[in-house]
Amino acid sequence: MRILARFLVAVPLLFVVVSFGVFALVGLAPGDPAVELAGQDATAEDVGRVRAELGLDRPLLERYVSWLGDAVTGDLGTSLARRQDVTELVVSRIPPTVSLALFALVLAMLASAVLGTLAALRQGSMLDRGVALFSAAGIALPQFWVGLLLVIVFALNLGWLPATGYVPFSESPGEWFSHLVLPAIALAWLPAAELTRHVRSATAEVLERDYVLTARAKGLLTPQIVLKHTVRNAGIPVVTVLGTRIAQLLGGTVVIETVFGIRGLGSLTVDSVLARDMPVILGVVAFATAVVLVINFLVDLSYGVIDPRAARA
Amino acid sequence: MTAVESGGTAGPAPVVKRARSPLLERFLDERLAVAAGLFLLLVVVVAVLAPVLAPTDPSEQDLVNSFQSPSSAHWLGTDELGRDLFSRFLYGARTSLLAALEAVAIALLIGLPLGLLAGYLGGLVDTVLSRVNDAVMSAPALVLAIAVVAVLGPGLTNAMLAIGIVFAPSLFRIVRGATLQVRAETYIEASRAIGCTPVRIMTRHVLRNIVPPVIAQVTILLGVSMLAEASLSFLGLGVRPPEASWGSMLREAFDQIYSVQYLVWAPGIAIGLTVLAFSQLGDGIRSALSAGRRRS
Repeated sequence: MRILARFLVAVPLLFVVVSFGVFALVGLAPGDPAVELAGQDATAEDVGRVRAELGLDRPLLERYVSWLGDAVTGDLGTSLARRQDVTELVVSRIPPTVSLALFALVLAMLASAVLGTLAALRQGSMLDRGVALFSAAGIALPQFWVGLLLVIVFALNLGWLPATGYVPFSESPGEWFSHLVLPAIALAWLPAAELTRHVRSATAEVLERDYVLTARAKGLLTPQIVLKHTVRNAGIPVVTVLGTRIAQLLGGTVVIETVFGIRGLGSLTVDSVLARDMPVILGVVAFATAVVLVINFLVDLSYGVIDPRAARA
Repeated sequence: MTAVESGGTAGPAPVVKRARSPLLERFLDERLAVAAGLFLLLVVVVAVLAPVLAPTDPSEQDLVNSFQSPSSAHWLGTDELGRDLFSRFLYGARTSLLAALEAVAIALLIGLPLGLLAGYLGGLVDTVLSRVNDAVMSAPALVLAIAVVAVLGPGLTNAMLAIGIVFAPSLFRIVRGATLQVRAETYIEASRAIGCTPVRIMTRHVLRNIVPPVIAQVTILLGVSMLAEASLSFLGLGVRPPEASWGSMLREAFDQIYSVQYLVWAPGIAIGLTVLAFSQLGDGIRSALSAGRRRS
């Protein structure tokens, strides 16, 4: 019950705070979009007309309330630069970005689960040190630079995979896959490095517990212990970290989409910023914030699934 | 009144002094952090001395000698306009470092006073500030920074302002937490008892005692800001040409990637090592701190 209340109150409240913040920033920005849109030869009357058309003659709070009212019903306004419906524009850019983000998430989880568990099982070994080095490098190297190196090696020199573009899954699953491999690896790099650290420390902690000792005494083999005990118990701290990394992953798509020429939400954001297309920027930020808030909420819910005790608490 | 106040300020000063030197000793035990610190010192020296060390002007074009591979005349080769990449690399260190400092200064300017207020005053002020803080932290950092750049217009100063705003919440959290701890100390109660104003307690007593964790976080943020600058400059939202930063050099390398590839190496490795050094140094300071807390 408390969880439901949180979903109905806290999530919308946070959404309003963030969207109003961005809205106010846009409203206070130097430069008048009406003047820019009306063109160079526009008279003061023309500018006034455009301003009224855009609703810019009304006070900020009033404009925000009407924007929010429309946004809730799925209407994000019209793009200034493209003269296109923002909701349509955003929706059309979702599939590439979601494909990329999910692909990267799966890669990051697999890599970190394997590397983190192995490192925890062989603490202090060469393998452990190698994994630590990988994590440190993964956190420090710019993701887009990793992307550039992947393009140079696998696309330009070896010619194994395409360097740019995106093919919808419905068109050709094989092409979809081959176009996403390199960008997904580049995007997964950072979350994989961070998650590996967390998996290692969470698993190392669980391995010292009495029930693991009992399991060993019973004669269970290491793989059985890992599967039965550590995965579930080390899961909670790892899922928490995972939740906070979703936002970062979405942010990462911005640069990665630019490197690999993928026309998704990230490249839409950059293009709109360079064109100062405020309705689109507002729409993308609002959409991204809503997605992140809902995901954070789902992460909270998942504690109960992984550890029933957390649900009762 | 004045006499009482000066008595209040003299109180905690020796405490800070006594606490500082064992902290330094523990820090020196962290070999990796010390090495990272030395490396960063080198980067700072290079950045400061860039005009002296650089063989040519970083923006000087020499179209006859464009796209030269690394050689003794051009250590890192030349780009499409025949500009010496080694000179651009040295000046780039300067831009990247300054940009990171700028962003962290802004994050401090916002996060420090608000964190102090929230932690010290508590109550409604704390609730409101913490909620807003959570909201900003829940939005994707890079997307938020891009939105701020969108509003202010592209350019390095605006980009760093944006990054500073986006990273302010992480400092707010650290400052608020540390302030909560310090607030419970006896000397704060004593200052209150002798009639110090809240502003005076916050600026003279609380602030001094939360410096170490703030320094640790600032060090880590410097690295993160440098990465963020690289990303924004790579997207064309940061440094404007012809000025060079390590991030904008990678953008230029990206634009030429189908013809030449050696442009990619130096700036990327430099960013990676510097960011790594900042995070190792920050971790070192942090673990020196927590070791101190365990012992006491």
